[in-house]
Amino acid sequence: MTTILQQVINGISIGSVYALIAVGYSLVYSILKFSNFAHGGVLMLGSYFGFFALTLLKVPFWAALPLAIVGAGLLGIVNERLAYRPIRIRNAPLLYLMISSLGASIFLENFTIVTIGPNFRTYPEVFPIQPFMIGELSIGRLDIIILVIAAISMGLLTWIIYGTRVGNAVRATSYNMRIASLMGINPDLIVALVFFLAGASAGLGGVLFGIKYTVWPQMGILTLKAFIAAVVGGLGSLPGAVVGAMVLGVTETFAAAFVSSAFRDLFSYALMIIIILVRPGGLLGTVTGEKA
Amino acid sequence: MSQYYIGILILICINLLAVLGLSLMTGFTGLFNFGQAGFLAVGAYTATILTTQYSVPFVAALVAAMVISVLTSFLVGYPTLRLKGDYFAIATLGFAEVVRLLVENLEKITGGSRGIPRIPTYTSLPFALGASAIALWLVANYVRSRHGRSCVAVREDELAAESIGVDSFRYKQIVFAINAALAGLSGGLLAHYVGFIQPSMFSIVKSTELIVMVIFGGMHSLTGAVFSAIVLTSLPELLRTAQAWRLVAYGALVVIIMVARPEGLMGSWELTPANVKALFARLRPQRDSELSSAEDVELRSAREGK
Repeated sequence: MTTILQQVINGISIGSVYALIAVGYSLVYSILKFSNFAHGGVLMLGSYFGFFALTLLKVPFWAALPLAIVGAGLLGIVNERLAYRPIRIRNAPLLYLMISSLGASIFLENFTIVTIGPNFRTYPEVFPIQPFMIGELSIGRLDIIILVIAAISMGLLTWIIYGTRVGNAVRATSYNMRIASLMGINPDLIVALVFFLAGASAGLGGVLFGIKYTVWPQMGILTLKAFIAAVVGGLGSLPGAVVGAMVLGVTETFAAAFVSSAFRDLFSYALMIIIILVRPGGLLGTVTGEKA
Repeated sequence: MSQYYIGILILICINLLAVLGLSLMTGFTGLFNFGQAGFLAVGAYTATILTTQYSVPFVAALVAAMVISVLTSFLVGYPTLRLKGDYFAIATLGFAEVVRLLVENLEKITGGSRGIPRIPTYTSLPFALGASAIALWLVANYVRSRHGRSCVAVREDELAAESIGVDSFRYKQIVFAINAALAGLSGGLLAHYVGFIQPSMFSIVKSTELIVMVIFGGMHSLTGAVFSAIVLTSLPELLRTAQAWRLVAYGALVVIIMVARPEGLMGSWELTPANVKALFARLRPQRDSELSSAEDVELRSAREGK
């Protein structure tokens, strides 16, 4: 029983990191309706920003975290400016945006390999590692801290999107970009903001993941998990992304603990396929047919 | 001709097979397949296990590789092809990862991450050349057939295509199967050319390289696919020193193409006798007002007839 409870907590902790990544991905999807593959590159560089802020600049963690978040957010804006905006204003097919994001992802990943190096790097110890003990139950301190940081930032993001005037504009733009712009909303500004928020949450996710595991140039592949989470929860839906990420996190930790850690990812994909077959719109999404 | 150049030619043929399938899928049907390496791996491992452990003749092993690869494509395509393009792209990405995971962990059959060494090198230049020439001929005919036109219709507007009676799911499945067959063959040939296989040969980098070849040449042109398979296979081989920067350049290239010239080098231009003639006819008087190469060939020739 205690092991099961422990695995649930581990699962929710890693799920909260997936949720951060998935929310950013979903946010971009909800506005521009394409899968931003470069999200992984931004996440990876965000994690590197945090790593170098801690090791080279030797700033404390509370300063390194915002540095990484803002850095990744700005990178998201630059990425949109260079790789998506020219395509977007031409009204080109969405496939082109997806391909361009793939190119940006390849570029970021390999540029990092060439300049920073292909090796894995471990974050310095920012939190003491001894676990909390509640009776028989030992909970990793790091897991709890990650969960708390992720939950706070998720709350902040939810507030921005659902509780502010700017968030209202974001949601209006996601509903219909052209009509939103007729209402006096500057779509380019909203898109830039969305890419900043998406990049920032990816950067935070990258730092948290880096602290728990390691940093390496291919860590952008993590976004695959965020894709799965977003699909499971319902593409383009923010609460869906969070729910999907939690379900995925728990599924993964259970698979790793009770079946085999080598086949952990198989269970993630199986989960996605089952959802697609049974409930194509995702857990919280609605099936929307293509409009003519 | 030295062994080195023969090797490059064989690699071009092997890549061309995989690129042709991808071009049919991504370029002509609008299905973004980001997991081509998965199908290469399925083909390579099927063929290799058959020839090395069961001493099956080479050609029979290749046929088996294609069959298994096609069956895999049905398995992957059935749940995902009905859905929007993004799901499909993510599913193929996931599929390639799953294949790599299985290959790495089923050590008894696949040799794990060390792979399978000492594979007999049956792939000869005439064989590879013949296989890719036949494949090119078949794919070119497919594209011009009723099926091919239906695929283009699905790419341009799936809803409109369905409304005039094109069963888009069926055409997607057929195209996915053709792609899987070509990739399976390509993988089988690759294994029996290189002489060893490892899971790392079929990583995301391989899928990336192949998709870049399709985009670079021109998504809507088989001539472009052939051209970029030749250029992008031989160039990195000849410029070994810049190896590390190659993928950086590929990434930048993809973004630049999408931003500046999404139709790629060739657009939808194909190298056929009629088109070459039309090109020369157009070059002789001064170039008429820059017809965009994205425009349909038929439209162009109609204008010239006027």
